[in-house]
Amino acid sequence: MSEIHAETVAFARDTMMPPAPPPRRETGAVRWMRENLFSGPLNIILTILAAWLLWLALRDLLPWAWRGIWQAGSASECRAIRDQLYGEGVPAACWAVVRARWRQLLFGFYPADGLWRPLLALGLFLVAVLPVLFSGAPRRLLWLSAAAPFVIVWLLWGGSLWGPVAAALGFVVGWAIWAAVARRGNAGLALLLGLGAALAWWFLLARPVAAGLASVAPLALVPVESRAFGGFTLSLVIGLAGICLSLPLGVLLALARRSELFFISKVAVAYIEVIRGVPLIVWLLVAQVVLNYFLPRGTNFDILLRVIIMVTLFSSAYIAEVIRGGLAALPSGQYEAADALGLGYWQATRLIVLPQALKISIPGIVNSFIGLFKDTTLVSIISLFDPMRISSTIRATTEWGGIYWELYVFVALVFFAFCFAMSRYSIWLERRLERSHR
Amino acid sequence: MTIAAEPPRRAFRPSQLINDSRYRGLTIQVVALLLLAGLIAYLGHNLVVNLRALGKDFDFGFLGNRAGYDIGQTLISYTNNDTHARAALVGMLNTLLVAALGCVTATVIGVLAGVLRLSKNWLIGRLMTVYVELFRNVPLLLWIVLVHAVLSNATPIPAEFRGEGATASMVFGVIAFTAQGTFIPWPVWGEGAELLTVVLLLSILAALVWRSYARRRQMATGRPLPVLWVALAILVLPTVLAFLLLGRPVTFDVPTMRETGIARFNGGVNILNSLVALWFALALYTGAFIAEIVRGGILAVSRGQSEAAFALGLRPGRTMRLVILPQALRVIVPPLISQYLNLTKNTSLAVAVGYADLRATLGGVTMNQTGRELESILLLGLFYLVVSLVISGAMNVYNRRIALKER
Amino acid sequence: MTDAALAPPPPVSGEVAVQITGMNKWYGQFHVLRDIDLTVTKGERIVICGPSGSGKSTLIRCINRLEEHQSGQIVVDGTELTSNLKNVDKVRSEVGMVFQHFNLFPHLTVLENCTLAPIWVRKVPKREAEETAMHFLHKVRIPEQAHKYPGQLSGGQQQRVAIARSLCMRPKIMLFDEPTSALDPEMIKEVLDTMIELARDGMTMLCVTHEMGFAQAVANRVIFMDQGQIVEQNTPREFFNNPRSERSKLFLSQILGH
Ligand SMILES: Nc1ncnc2c1ncn2[C@@H]1O[C@H](COP(=O)(O)OP(=O)(O)OP(=O)(O)O)[C@@H](O)[C@H]1O
Ligand SMILES: [Mg+2]
Repeated sequence: MSEIHAETVAFARDTMMPPAPPPRRETGAVRWMRENLFSGPLNIILTILAAWLLWLALRDLLPWAWRGIWQAGSASECRAIRDQLYGEGVPAACWAVVRARWRQLLFGFYPADGLWRPLLALGLFLVAVLPVLFSGAPRRLLWLSAAAPFVIVWLLWGGSLWGPVAAALGFVVGWAIWAAVARRGNAGLALLLGLGAALAWWFLLARPVAAGLASVAPLALVPVESRAFGGFTLSLVIGLAGICLSLPLGVLLALARRSELFFISKVAVAYIEVIRGVPLIVWLLVAQVVLNYFLPRGTNFDILLRVIIMVTLFSSAYIAEVIRGGLAALPSGQYEAADALGLGYWQATRLIVLPQALKISIPGIVNSFIGLFKDTTLVSIISLFDPMRISSTIRATTEWGGIYWELYVFVALVFFAFCFAMSRYSIWLERRLERSHR
Repeated sequence: MTIAAEPPRRAFRPSQLINDSRYRGLTIQVVALLLLAGLIAYLGHNLVVNLRALGKDFDFGFLGNRAGYDIGQTLISYTNNDTHARAALVGMLNTLLVAALGCVTATVIGVLAGVLRLSKNWLIGRLMTVYVELFRNVPLLLWIVLVHAVLSNATPIPAEFRGEGATASMVFGVIAFTAQGTFIPWPVWGEGAELLTVVLLLSILAALVWRSYARRRQMATGRPLPVLWVALAILVLPTVLAFLLLGRPVTFDVPTMRETGIARFNGGVNILNSLVALWFALALYTGAFIAEIVRGGILAVSRGQSEAAFALGLRPGRTMRLVILPQALRVIVPPLISQYLNLTKNTSLAVAVGYADLRATLGGVTMNQTGRELESILLLGLFYLVVSLVISGAMNVYNRRIALKER
Repeated sequence: MTDAALAPPPPVSGEVAVQITGMNKWYGQFHVLRDIDLTVTKGERIVICGPSGSGKSTLIRCINRLEEHQSGQIVVDGTELTSNLKNVDKVRSEVGMVFQHFNLFPHLTVLENCTLAPIWVRKVPKREAEETAMHFLHKVRIPEQAHKYPGQLSGGQQQRVAIARSLCMRPKIMLFDEPTSALDPEMIKEVLDTMIELARDGMTMLCVTHEMGFAQAVANRVIFMDQGQIVEQNTPREFFNNPRSERSKLFLSQILGH
């Protein structure tokens, strides 16, 4: 007895145990189903409920979509083919309408031989945002990002190349003068002079320079009027322009809202709350009927431009809140270190604060864009031709009268594809940021 | 030792406006104020010039004029002889009605979907994911129009409910979804209904009192009293008793199909399809967002919390109520309220299905008839702004209460 | 281990680096610093210690005006800290500071962290700034990490980068706020070694730290603070071996007792 006891107290293992597999139980599909679908009374009820809901939803939808008719010239033709194929009144989708009118749904009334222009513009945009969205992209692409807006405007609206070029040169002139003076020291004076130079360029020199260049090298595309914009092209133009233009404004608003200066922060708060407190439809109404009251007599520009301005002002309030979150996430030590090194407010903001805050904010900005992109359907209410309104116009034609669901399904699918992809991207980015912050 | 020759503090030099931290902020703010005032003056000037050129004035007198248009669904009595102001009021109430209905329904849907998405049941989890992604990634306007189209194209017309060979039937025998609207039963208040209401209110009060008594008792003696069942009994029993004793003062007016003549429902209340479509679409759309918030809130409470509670010997139900929920709610409530805000603003999409909300009455027919764009849109915007500020004010109060608890 | 055995203290010039007279500071109603008088001469190395909440951080943060004092006078290298922002800029570009949590800029590489302020505040050409930065990175013995991001370094390495970053501005005075208290024991030594080396080069230093070995090795003077006041000043040897006030005795018995 005592010997055994002694043995159990002093023990040294001489052979290591190899790992063993866990005890076998059921495997394969049966086990999976038992664990995931039928593991208890509540679970069984839920499974049955889900199956029933699925059946309800798909019972009519799937056969209808599956039987769909792709080749037809009109709704009545569709119906005739259906009656012939499946019998009288059997529900069958008429996908022929999408086949016939997809171009209108995607591009509106954009000239048929110029469809490469919006497509190229979209491609250019995607390349231009690459360095912003994916940190692995080469830095040199940033130059392209700076030039892209002007090229995109030229591609979309056409006309002489030199107009956008002259406009871009204004920024270059302003920046050059700012940089030259700032090097000598005085930051405030530099800003003033740079701004003045840019304004002088735009108002005095830009037009003659553009005209001069055009007479030397007449590079021009067929001009396209804003009225021709429609469908998803219109949605993208409004959505992307809105988000991109509202970024600088949103940054300023966010900085102002966090400012210690009482009046400045209160003005920013008031602006943000008023914009966010009122629905976009009302702001679109403002753009449509009220804006002109506040502009100098006789100014009357394009409704599309007015909508873009309004949408920019609108989304800048939302972007400001997103960026404010990014600013708040920055540890106060960053501000202190910048102060201790002697950086001024704008230097610290530009070099330390914004690069970090903006990076944190990108998922939020993408989410704002998804929201704005979906909201572009509202412009149908002030009679712009977004995809929804294009659908109604198609339905109002004699060929395709009475076609409801097919167009909605198509529009919904395209929206879904865009928004789902972007939201996945934003989730991916959020995860990555979370990891890099550990 | 050298001390910089600083002028006496009182002496003021203009350069201090920029170089002195005491004055610089002031300088910047004054400049900003001047710029802002300039902008406002410029816009105001333009407005005055434009109005004069158009021969218009800025006057809310039109609100007192006869509206002259009909509104399909009203909560208060209204005829086309009433004023524009009353039409606006009708629209306002309609907006609030659909917002309230939507918020409640969206919360129910969202909480259900959010919890079910976390369930271990594979099928229901996937189904809820599909629901959430589908609704979040397609524009609300499309959903509203789609639901409306389903309601008006895929539902039977009243005639189909009639007779022996009826092809349609009422849900539970009392609700009829038709292409002309949804007919639901409506309560009729009879003799003694007031008394019944009083009894109901008193029993609610009594249930609350019982709850706080039970809590105090537990704190004092350590012995818990049953709360849920007793409170339910207090709530239900007296009301049911009173209902029976008073001779059933409240009855329901159930819609019925007319036997002869044009196929129509008699009795009950007809809720227009535009309202139902707007309501359902808003609830489903916002519900998808709420589901994500609820899911995130529950996931945000770390697993360590429930393990700690289990380790202390709390049972799962208590753990949920005392440990998980309070923490999850803290994460859930602020974004939830901002979803309510969004839903309220989104009711303005009513115009897509012709529901007479404020945007459609004041910002639609009234504005177009009277040509008072400035005034109408100003009032419209103010209404939404006030509603938003009230809701976000409530949120701030809640946040502050939570912040206090954190100390 | 005595300071004499380790290194002869570099000569202290007599010229004033920091002069604080009758300085007071409040946070709202709370009187954090009370009647602080302190003169620091050039080349002097001062260690400030005291219980938590005694106002040590606040005091040294007043010296580069990360905090504003409300009364009294602070003169740093001949420049008085007032609301005049030019003076503040001047002082900040001559006073380096090292924080407890490093506060490196995570979006910039180590080299960029070091060149940022020289380029934008001192307006030094980039090439020159990079040369200076490499020089100081050599000095803190991590030149090979120059192109990494702060997140890829260990705590001790990060703190040494933070020291190099301050040195790149060629400061006349260095402030340290508990530079080692966020570090693991084995990293503390590498940071302290760097600081000791800096002290030998004659840098004027004010360190908030509880590293008594460091204080004994390099400090000319130890300042003990409690409740916002300077309670005791002495040479390290005197202070540690023969504390005069009750408070410092208690404090020393607590930190040395463990
Ligand atoms: N921003 C602030 N607002 C209000 N009170 C503050 C603030 N910063 C510090 N205090 C208070 O001032 C007192 C001194 O703070 P300080 O950080 O200087 O202490 P410390 O001596 O550095 O302490 P530790 O050793 O913990 O770092 C503390 O009581 C602290 O609570
Ligand atoms: Mg401290």
